[in-house]
Amino acid sequence: MLSRIAVIGSLCLLSAMVLAALLAPVLAPVPPNEMVYPAYAAPGPGGVLGADGLGRDMLSRVLHGMRYTLIITFAATTLAGAIGVSLAIASGLLKGWFDILVGRAFDILMSIPHIILALIVLAILGVSMTTLVFTMAVLQSSTYYRVTRPIAGDLSAMDYVEVARLRGERLGWNLFREIFPNMVPSLLAQYGLGLSSATLFISSLSFLGIGIQPPAADLGGLVRENALALSAGRFTPLVPAACIALFCLSVNGIADWLVSHFSERPES
Amino acid sequence: MTLMQGSAVRSFVVARIASGLVSILFISFLVFLGTALLPGDAATAMLGQEATPELVESLRQALGLDQPLLIRYLDWLWDALHGDFGVSLSNGQPAMAMLLPRLENSLILAFSAAVIVLPLAISIGLFAAIKKGRPFDTMSGLVSALFLSMPSFMIGYVLIYVFAVEFRLFPAVSSVRASTSLTGWVWALTLPVLTLVLVAQSHVLKVTRAAVLGVMGSDYILMAETKGIPRIRIILLHALPNALSSIVSICMITMAHLIVDVVVIEAVFSYPGMGKLMVDAVAYRDIPVVQACGVLFSAIFVVLNMLADLLGVLVNPRQRLPRRGA
Repeated sequence: MLSRIAVIGSLCLLSAMVLAALLAPVLAPVPPNEMVYPAYAAPGPGGVLGADGLGRDMLSRVLHGMRYTLIITFAATTLAGAIGVSLAIASGLLKGWFDILVGRAFDILMSIPHIILALIVLAILGVSMTTLVFTMAVLQSSTYYRVTRPIAGDLSAMDYVEVARLRGERLGWNLFREIFPNMVPSLLAQYGLGLSSATLFISSLSFLGIGIQPPAADLGGLVRENALALSAGRFTPLVPAACIALFCLSVNGIADWLVSHFSERPES
Repeated sequence: MTLMQGSAVRSFVVARIASGLVSILFISFLVFLGTALLPGDAATAMLGQEATPELVESLRQALGLDQPLLIRYLDWLWDALHGDFGVSLSNGQPAMAMLLPRLENSLILAFSAAVIVLPLAISIGLFAAIKKGRPFDTMSGLVSALFLSMPSFMIGYVLIYVFAVEFRLFPAVSSVRASTSLTGWVWALTLPVLTLVLVAQSHVLKVTRAAVLGVMGSDYILMAETKGIPRIRIILLHALPNALSSIVSICMITMAHLIVDVVVIEAVFSYPGMGKLMVDAVAYRDIPVVQACGVLFSAIFVVLNMLADLLGVLVNPRQRLPRRGA
């Protein structure tokens, strides 16, 4: 019962945040980069959350920040899943040197601290939306590979895949019609966990100043921008940080439920 | 038998060390590619825009930049192994000389956090396993999951808001230098260390609890239970020794993660560690410093993870034996 309330709460929270992010341009009372209030205006008539050091409306900036964070999170996680899963299925089907090579590459990738690797790659390639998403996607793809590879190995040994192979069907057909649908439940749970770690990752990068560049800011960047206000006793930097935490909490809640729901189902 | 046992351990140790070295080599190659791929090379940078192509070409030859990529990598690696990562582009100092005092600060921070979080989280995890399903277990699980959902900088800023702004107990900015007194160090380190402890605890707690409960499912525990031995005694004397190898591993893995977690925490508290140095270098694209920090961070991380695997096997006598029937 308690877990059901937690899941419904998580779903509501998640959809509210995704909606807020999607509708940010409509919902935000003023454009996010416009200086409309006195600097550090207190919450009240000058916006619900007050203004930042440049007099920009905090509520509008948080809404747009959420939009940036969620766009990057969803893009990177989806791309990571696509890379990891397709390489895992291909390894499971092809076996041989391809399997060994890809497996070793992912072993190495997983043994290196991701934030350090991201810092190095972004220092070399420069920071842009594209490099951010691709770097995060490649780094995160290893978890999907690790989850999918054993399943792909088991499944590709199944009779129905063998039959499809004997029917003379091509690799691509095997991938998407025979093997992929069987992995959806565990992948969905992994996707949920991936969303939360991607959010924490991009927020950390932006917080370090290596993410979305000013004047635009995602949630992590907003914390960085407003950190000084905290020493003056203002709580504004904690609002975007709390948004990150709430998003992760709700996504984790749903993923946990998915894991327990599918593992409880009796195998037929 | 003993011979087989010894050779099995030896081959595992050798394979694990080899894979660790491969990881470090890979990161060093990636880091080296950074300089090789950047537009313009040292020769054009040194001579400026006005230089004639012939002059640039002769300097390239003098610097060895006309050599194949692999040769240049080996050269670079040789220097790096001797602690020479080149000079910082921003102030001309050797990157390694800038880095070493910062590394010391980072290690002090990460190690202080490890000394606190490991005993604390392991005992909470153990206690949660003893009280499985009871309020203490549920509460500790919930609280630790809550911290897992927070970005680490948020934990840091909440602590700053409470302890530095509201109560003025500790400084919001942890500035230390070599001349800082011991009490000064403790004062400056309290909040960053506390943040790291809260960031790291949930994983340690979860693994300890799972390791102990995993052992609790075995037959000999059932036997002990049917004999009527109290649960706390079973856990401490029967289950814990067999969960030890997971716990030793998690200690090493936690240290590895703490070393990397300092990157964000140092930025929150403006603490002069290697993480802050690296982030600043990335912002200015000071590549030699980024390279030196990146290789060092990765090497420490890889070696600690390697120790986790090696110690985990050495502590557990069953894993030292070759698997039957395998």
